[in-house]
Amino acid sequence: MSDSIYKPYLMEIEQIVEETPDVRTYRLKFKNAEEAEKFSFKAGQFGEYSVLGEGESTFCVASSPTRQGYIECTFRKAGRVTNALANLELGDTVGFRGPYGNTFPIEEWEGKNLLYIAGGIALPPMRCVIWNTIDLRNKYKDITIVYGARSVSDLVYKHELKEWEDRPDIKLITTVDPGGQTPDWKGEIGFVPMVLEKAAPSSENTVAILCGPPVMIKFTMPVLKKLGFKDKDIYTTLENRMKCGFGKCGRCNVGKVFVCKDGPVFSYEQILTLPEEY
Amino acid sequence: METTRKLIRKQSLEKLYNILSTTRKVYAPVIASDKQVEYKYNPAFTDVTFDHIRSTLSVKNVVFPKVENLFYYTNKQTESTITDIDLNKIQDVVLWGAHPCDNAAFDTLRSIFCWDITDEFFAKRLEKLVVIGFSCHLSDEYCFCTSVGLTPNSTKGSDILLSRLKNGDYHAEILTEKGNAIVSISPELFESVTNEEAEITSVKQKFNHEQVTAKLATAFENPFWVANSLRCIGCGACAYVCPTCACFDIQDEASGKEGKRYRSWDSCGFGLFTLHTSGHNPRNVQSQRWRQRIMHKFSYMPERNNSLGCVGCGRCSSGCPVDMNIAEQLEALQNI
Amino acid sequence: MTSLIIRAKELLENKTVQVVIGYEAGPTGVARPAFITDPAKAESLIYDERCVQNLAVYLTKREVKNIGKMAIVATLPVMRSIMMLISEQQLFADNIVVLGISADGKLLDIADNKVMQGYIEKSDLSNPEKYKGLLTEFNKLSPEEKFLYWQKELSKCIKCYACRQACPMCYCTRCTVEVNQPQWIPVKANTHGNMEWHILRAMHLAGRCISCGECGRACPVGIPCHLLTMHLTDQVYNYFKVYAGTSEKMSSVLSTYEPNDKESFII
Ligand SMILES: Cc1cc2nc3c(=O)[nH]c(=O)nc-3n(C[C@H](O)[C@H](O)[C@H](O)COP(=O)(O)OP(=O)(O)OC[C@H]3O[C@@H](n4cnc5c(N)ncnc54)[C@H](O)[C@@H]3O)c2cc1C
Ligand code: SF4
Ligand code: SF4
Ligand code: SF4
Ligand code: SF4
Ligand code: SF4
Ligand code: FES
Repeated sequence: MSDSIYKPYLMEIEQIVEETPDVRTYRLKFKNAEEAEKFSFKAGQFGEYSVLGEGESTFCVASSPTRQGYIECTFRKAGRVTNALANLELGDTVGFRGPYGNTFPIEEWEGKNLLYIAGGIALPPMRCVIWNTIDLRNKYKDITIVYGARSVSDLVYKHELKEWEDRPDIKLITTVDPGGQTPDWKGEIGFVPMVLEKAAPSSENTVAILCGPPVMIKFTMPVLKKLGFKDKDIYTTLENRMKCGFGKCGRCNVGKVFVCKDGPVFSYEQILTLPEEY
Repeated sequence: METTRKLIRKQSLEKLYNILSTTRKVYAPVIASDKQVEYKYNPAFTDVTFDHIRSTLSVKNVVFPKVENLFYYTNKQTESTITDIDLNKIQDVVLWGAHPCDNAAFDTLRSIFCWDITDEFFAKRLEKLVVIGFSCHLSDEYCFCTSVGLTPNSTKGSDILLSRLKNGDYHAEILTEKGNAIVSISPELFESVTNEEAEITSVKQKFNHEQVTAKLATAFENPFWVANSLRCIGCGACAYVCPTCACFDIQDEASGKEGKRYRSWDSCGFGLFTLHTSGHNPRNVQSQRWRQRIMHKFSYMPERNNSLGCVGCGRCSSGCPVDMNIAEQLEALQNI
Repeated sequence: MTSLIIRAKELLENKTVQVVIGYEAGPTGVARPAFITDPAKAESLIYDERCVQNLAVYLTKREVKNIGKMAIVATLPVMRSIMMLISEQQLFADNIVVLGISADGKLLDIADNKVMQGYIEKSDLSNPEKYKGLLTEFNKLSPEEKFLYWQKELSKCIKCYACRQACPMCYCTRCTVEVNQPQWIPVKANTHGNMEWHILRAMHLAGRCISCGECGRACPVGIPCHLLTMHLTDQVYNYFKVYAGTSEKMSSVLSTYEPNDKESFII
């Protein structure tokens, strides 16, 4: 008999990065080599991570499919499961079900410029696709990343931001909200939409990928439109509450769309056809 | 399989029941002390009711129990083990006495649990279920099977459908191989059919479900929802009594180092159903949740699951503490 | 009831209120809540023996409050609920018009809360007659028998929370059963968890329950869960000589609740 669809893989925490006081990144390795062998995923997909005895939580896979042998997740301590998860240590066990959901259409993007715009804790869902496209660097033209957080200490993936900054083939713009800067802060100061407007990246042959809190999305959309981006060239992800991850539990739908099956990745063109239930 | 028609005499029905209930689990309706109709395993034949209109709860729990364990686990230091539920231990169950609406609901549930990937817990329970349905000779103002493409004697979901004749005997339609297997246990109880007519109740059609579905396609923003759901108090009653509602929660239960993960019934009518941890709630007020209930059943399911999410049993309406009458609302929606 | 219809129409026409919460007859003849905003629709209001639901539950519901100032058809339990809600700062007395209904079904003239208080005070506030018999029967049982009785009844509970949602005093936006850090009450509906849920509910309503019977009426599987809270109403009265919902300034007798308290005296 094949394994139950509700049964998680058992994973071992191989590496822990304290991104901010309440955000952690775990690198997880399959305990079972056979499962590791069979497992594959694509950029944009998510999974159900669990602490046995506490429950499951939905996070995207934050590492790139081009980096094999492990997956990574970055999560913020928010509730019961995420707090329990944050109390784990190296070598501890985490359950993982997945991958679920659709993917960023990175093949369609080949030959185009990529503009990534992320706010706050929304960089993790995007990190996967960023690394995925960076690892296939010659397939894409310019790669620009605009990333904003409330304050310097809220920026996640600090070591990677440095790496991206140092690479000549990536343009990175980081910003913090006014008042969130430190004396030695060299990035921008201001909200993402304003910083984006100032940077004014060209929309010519460019796909924009936008993830962040609802307010950020709300104010960034008009800027993208002003820059000439078409609805079909803007991508985002939805994060409706989920339980099963495969279209059964009935929790995640936006109208007739299951975010867990048809999403979490949507073009803005698709979003406009959805009822406002997200 | 081609349907075969037989006759079961009144006395033979009792024999059949007794044979079945002494050899396997039979789930049959009885009238409880407080007048509620509930299903029990292997009640005495004399306790089984043949004259109920609807049981308080539907019979969906035979395939979708209100609590179902998904697996057991043990945590030891950094090592954990997971033990699957042995689905082969799920026993055969004969469902006896359920009406056509409830039996049709098994197909509806299948369209949710088995679209895309198969939910093996549900699938196994359904595989182990044999349905001996009974046509309806009684109905009330809450029934509306005829508005959702069914009738008081439709065979959908039944392996054998029995219809009562005026003289107390029954016509039996043997519809599936599972039904045949039941017949073969005691073939002598099944005689040749007579011309006697079955007593079937008549249920007035209240609306045309295809027209409702068509109307709903553009009704999301309609003021109808707020105007017609102010009295809804947001409980789980309608979903929990409903034979086709399939929403569930997944939770862990630990006791020391051991525990289990289970799923349990949930409802889109609850305020917290869609609440994000951030505090954002895509369905923030009750009218949005009531809209989801009707939309899911009459608009989203026809499109996504290729089935209608309602069999017209009327339970949600008779069980609702504030008389949210779904048929009344669907009738109104047909004309918006 | 013409006097009620006339009054409701008047209140809507002169814009004293934007909505009248009352009863109408549904298609099957069941009386159900009605929210009248158009004076022309006031005609559909009814009041008769079918009208038993405690309408006060709607006074704290967001979408109803959003309509504007409310008038409410109020039998004694509704009036007592209003008093409780005011005393617990869930409601401002100035924001509602009370269309009081006497025990014999007549429209009362409740000009303000003083009048309402006066009416409540001279009414019989003990548990309603129709429940007294059962409560007395129940009190005769031994603790073991009580336990068995509730075990049997509560094994039927499906945790639909209709009892909670129907109760005007259960207005919390996040009920203790929905708190998961820690998880006081298991999510699933099994006999043990159901008992914990009902003990918790009863404890939270001790000294606050105004004996409307709504929780039991709402239960789709017929669990008489109102007997638990009504039993506590009797207990509280025996110990403290007070009934809930008698004045705006009542402080609750049992104002501290510990969800994990095992109060054996209920069962
Ligand atoms: C597709 C998707 C991707 C996500 N990716 C990330 C990520 O990469 N990093 C991150 O920190 N967070 C992410 N989230 C949000 C994350 O799932 C919730 O913050 C988290 O589940 C909170 O769990 P908890 O048990 O600690 O909180 P509790 O409030 O205790 O949660 C209880 C239950 O509700 C569910 N739940 C509560 N809120 C949400 C929510 N907003 N979304 C989904 N389920 C919820 C949980 O799964 C859990 O089962 C994502 C959500 C979705 C839907
Ligand atoms: S429709 Fe009725 S049963 Fe359903 S949630 Fe609303 S009040 Fe409860
Ligand atoms: S929605 Fe109501 S009438 Fe339809 S199947 Fe469910 S309980 Fe029956
Ligand atoms: S009506 Fe609601 S509870 Fe029922 S299946 Fe649909 S979404 Fe789930
Ligand atoms: S507990 Fe029951 S009887 Fe008491 S006020 Fe609430 S609904 Fe009424
Ligand atoms: S209304 Fe009845 S079934 Fe529902 S939670 Fe309350 S006692 Fe349980
Ligand atoms: S998460 Fe269960 S249906 Fe989408």
